[in-house]
Amino acid sequence: MRLSSVRLTGVERIAGPIIVVRRVADMALGEEVEVVGPADRRHGRVLEVTEDLAVIQVYEGTFVLEAGATTIEPSGEPFRLGVSVSMLGRALDGRGRPIDDGPPIIADELADVAGAPMNPAARDNPVDFIETGITAIDMLASLVRGQKLPIFTGAGLPANDLAARIAVGSRLIGDERFVTVFCAMGVTRREADEFRDAFASSASIERIAVFLNLADDPAIERLLAPRCALTLGEHLAFDLGLDVLAVMTDVLAYGEALRELSTAREEIPGRRGYPGYLYTDLATLFERAGRLRGRRGSLTVVPVVSMPDDDITHPIPDLTGYITEGQIVLARDLHGRGVEPPIDVLLCLSRVMNAGIGAGRTREEHRVVADQLYASYARGRELRRLVTVVGEAALSPAEHRILAFADAFEDAFVGQGPARRTLDESFDAAWAVLRTLPRSELRRLPQEVLDARYPETRP
Amino acid sequence: MTTAIAPPGKGRVVRAAGSVVRAAGLAPAIGEVVLVGERGLLGEVIRLEADVATIQVYEETAGLRIGDPVTATGRPLVAWLGPGHLGATFDGLERPLDRLAAAGAVHLAAGRAGDASAIDVDRPVGLDLDRRWAFVPSHSPGDRVGPGDVLGEVRDGPIRHRILVPPDVGPGTVRDIAPADATVETQVGLLALDDGSTVPVRLAHAWPVRRPRPVVRRLAVERPLVTGQRVLDMLFPVAEGGTAVIPGGFGTGKTVVEQALARWSDADVVVYVGCGERGNEMAELLATFPALADPRTGGPLLARTVLIANTSNMPVAAREASVQVGMTIAEYFRDQGLRVALLADSTSRWAEALREIGGRLEELPGEEGYPAYLGSRLAAFYERAGRAVAVGGPERTGSVTLVAAVSPPGGDFSEPVTQASLRLGGTLWALQTDLAHARHFPAIGWTQSYSLYLDALGPWYAANVDRDWATLRATAIELLARERVLLDVVALVGADAIPDGDKVVLEVARLVREAFLQQHAFDPRDASRPPRVQVALLRAVLAAEGGLGRAIEGGATLEAALAAPVLEELARAKTWTGEDVVVRLADLERRVGQLTAATAVDTTESTGPGAEP
Ligand SMILES: Nc1ncnc2c1ncn2[C@@H]1O[C@H](COP(=O)(O)OP(=O)(O)OP(=O)(O)O)[C@@H](O)[C@H]1O
Ligand SMILES: [Mg+2]
Repeated sequence: MRLSSVRLTGVERIAGPIIVVRRVADMALGEEVEVVGPADRRHGRVLEVTEDLAVIQVYEGTFVLEAGATTIEPSGEPFRLGVSVSMLGRALDGRGRPIDDGPPIIADELADVAGAPMNPAARDNPVDFIETGITAIDMLASLVRGQKLPIFTGAGLPANDLAARIAVGSRLIGDERFVTVFCAMGVTRREADEFRDAFASSASIERIAVFLNLADDPAIERLLAPRCALTLGEHLAFDLGLDVLAVMTDVLAYGEALRELSTAREEIPGRRGYPGYLYTDLATLFERAGRLRGRRGSLTVVPVVSMPDDDITHPIPDLTGYITEGQIVLARDLHGRGVEPPIDVLLCLSRVMNAGIGAGRTREEHRVVADQLYASYARGRELRRLVTVVGEAALSPAEHRILAFADAFEDAFVGQGPARRTLDESFDAAWAVLRTLPRSELRRLPQEVLDARYPETRP
Repeated sequence: MTTAIAPPGKGRVVRAAGSVVRAAGLAPAIGEVVLVGERGLLGEVIRLEADVATIQVYEETAGLRIGDPVTATGRPLVAWLGPGHLGATFDGLERPLDRLAAAGAVHLAAGRAGDASAIDVDRPVGLDLDRRWAFVPSHSPGDRVGPGDVLGEVRDGPIRHRILVPPDVGPGTVRDIAPADATVETQVGLLALDDGSTVPVRLAHAWPVRRPRPVVRRLAVERPLVTGQRVLDMLFPVAEGGTAVIPGGFGTGKTVVEQALARWSDADVVVYVGCGERGNEMAELLATFPALADPRTGGPLLARTVLIANTSNMPVAAREASVQVGMTIAEYFRDQGLRVALLADSTSRWAEALREIGGRLEELPGEEGYPAYLGSRLAAFYERAGRAVAVGGPERTGSVTLVAAVSPPGGDFSEPVTQASLRLGGTLWALQTDLAHARHFPAIGWTQSYSLYLDALGPWYAANVDRDWATLRATAIELLARERVLLDVVALVGADAIPDGDKVVLEVARLVREAFLQQHAFDPRDASRPPRVQVALLRAVLAAEGGLGRAIEGGATLEAALAAPVLEELARAKTWTGEDVVVRLADLERRVGQLTAATAVDTTESTGPGAEP
């Protein structure tokens, strides 16, 4: 929609992804513009206006644009995405335009991709357990409808595979399935294809909308792609009442694009060169997850976040952790030992789990079983460390049992392999490893639970 | 009106980027509220240079254009104070989020363009304008009154809500006052001031959020804010009227501690400020509080709570306003003679907002990009906490206890916000990531944490909890310190190589950690414990040192001594409930202290009932 036919020719300065133009009396902050160069049309957003200048971020970058030969066409409004349920089953670019062979998309409505903050008092408390089929998650860091739960990963670890398994395998109690909005931010085509293949092989391909900004696509468009994906997610969830899972990978690449833009604007850098508003910016993405009171749908967000050099204190995973409601963390040593999926449960957390589990939701003893698994496994890991110093011989028989428990926990409980497990199967796996310990070790479990699930006469 | 600065003026936008806008043609004062653009976005003047005013805008600025109008209001940023805060939810600018939600505002739109979220700087729109209150005056026409005097009261949930002469009004004479079925705007009386002017009496008055409300005199602290949390009440108490800092990396338990205090602490009023944090956390409070009972009155917990929710995705400038609004409301309830807990989660997000605005002003940054005035701003905020005698009569003593969460990047406490906060706080609850990962909750580290109020609170504990509290506390801390040293030794030489006495120390320290310090926020039996139960449990745990020592001297192996059923009981004692739990714990203490070689269980046999003494 072109509201204004004004063409501005006074390009003053071009630097990185930034263009500075003169004579801008009629440009609004946040407005979408077209940048017309000698060879192509690009897209931009107004970041700053002064009496005689405007600063514009160009999504496709400014490479080979020349100040003399570039004009700007304001659109008169912010960027709006035409959202439609027919985007499910389709592949789209970072601006939401189809890039497959399908027909054009007829929009249900146009939505400002910046979104508006949800009124906290209109939110519904997330309480509905999602069975992902991944035992470590379902038992120990449960995902709940409307939660934002990232996967922290390192180079070469199978995070995208895990994300795809969650997206394909997730069920609400009552067997309702999810639709998925997948957003690739700066990942390789191979990674994006793997994700799509996981859907194709489970015949779920018509339940997923794919937004692609690949590693060789314009970097600044990475700032737009997740907003498009989440805008569609909100439409599907809150207008159409669907349960939506948004998978976004990789937040690290998103953060790097933001840093590139900030550097070009010569802003004061914060930690490791990332801008001081990184936290707020990421929050405007992740906080879009949730549920609204009195509406059916939900938007659950599962971002994938690479930790450079496996460093969880790097600003991107660190600030993500400060915003999201917990995290799933993949570990290199588990992967090396063939534990699949290689989830380090001690680093995992789901903050809304408590509301989603227990009597009437999962099982009454879910909380205490999870606490006991954690406590015993944590102790096993501590002992493993000790063994490397003092040797196994120095351990008592009780300590040996705990060590063996930790091994079984990783191999049989976490390391479920490619099979999906129902919640009942996950509980069985939990009790199978817990029963390797004597009752007296299971102090987190109340007597009633032990009496019911851990008969005195054990095999 | 008392808060007016200057007659309103008109100007226009000459520059806009993010949440900072510059306007020309205004002649405002620093701190004056202005309305920016066609939609009337709320902003505050933070700098003046020649003809140009720099404005931090509290709402989303997308859509602003050069030349857009800017209107001065002649007022500083105020909070409206009166009945109606309790049980309600506001955003950082005191907009009534719950009532907006009820009116269908599921998303928050910027500006006052005709919608329900309109902010009116001249009316207390944050308070329910339609709600009626039965005003009962305590003065009659002709009475002399001064600043802060109680003019009457209304019933506001569990509290008697006193209607005060604003602290900057008076002295004068009551010309007119009468019982009334009043809204917060109804004129229920009239004061004739000595300077010849008259001031109407209404249930609500405005107060500038950056100006501390005055007090007659500050008082020393003398009792703790009882939290129901063992590690806090027994080891690191915060005084009522004191300040506590909770720094911790993500997921270490700051919010769980703040929420536990909101639920279980013995404050009269809780003001909970969610500053730059999660919307779902607010939804959780709103979902669970109505069903919970106030630990002191038995009434609904929400009725003593004011929620301020400025979530991370809302415009940043409002974060700064949110903590000041929260503090002003807290001071107002203090002036009523109430004990208020101000729970701020997280002050780091507020500091980051200062940094972001400072960056847009092109100020010379200090450490890690924070403005050089970070420390003084934080100090000014912390100084507003305290116990005090309120202005006006009849005499009232109230307090604001501040509990501030801090979110250090990477969990590294050496960063500026944590360091500045540590200089100001009286109690430190240091959350440790390694404890959280080991599921030791609350993950409050016992080596780093401290309370500067121990001496001041000692007499209260001796009189109300246990005359040996200070000694028991010191014993527990010392035991944990010895454990630390011993664990280093064990890591070098192995557990077998240390003497039995040291092994006993390790086991008892483990009991202190697991059977006493760990407290499960989600276990209804253990989520909150009265101090007398806490101390009884501590006594029972510490008795294990003597008991185990005797058993081993008597010839039992440590493994056999540890298998005594009474220790199994001890490990589970924190979930004991019932009227007689203090008595049962005292009995447990006796039995644990009387462990002997005879009570030890031969662990080579299968487990069965052990021999009781
Ligand atoms: N006392 C406790 N009992 C049981 N679990 C706890 C306790 N304290 C913390 N936890 C666990 O730790 C999780 C994280 O706590 P919380 O949300 O308070 O962290 P936080 O420090 O506020 O993190 P952030 O800075 O990211 O907001 C909780 O969801 C809960 O699972
Ligand atoms: Mg928190």
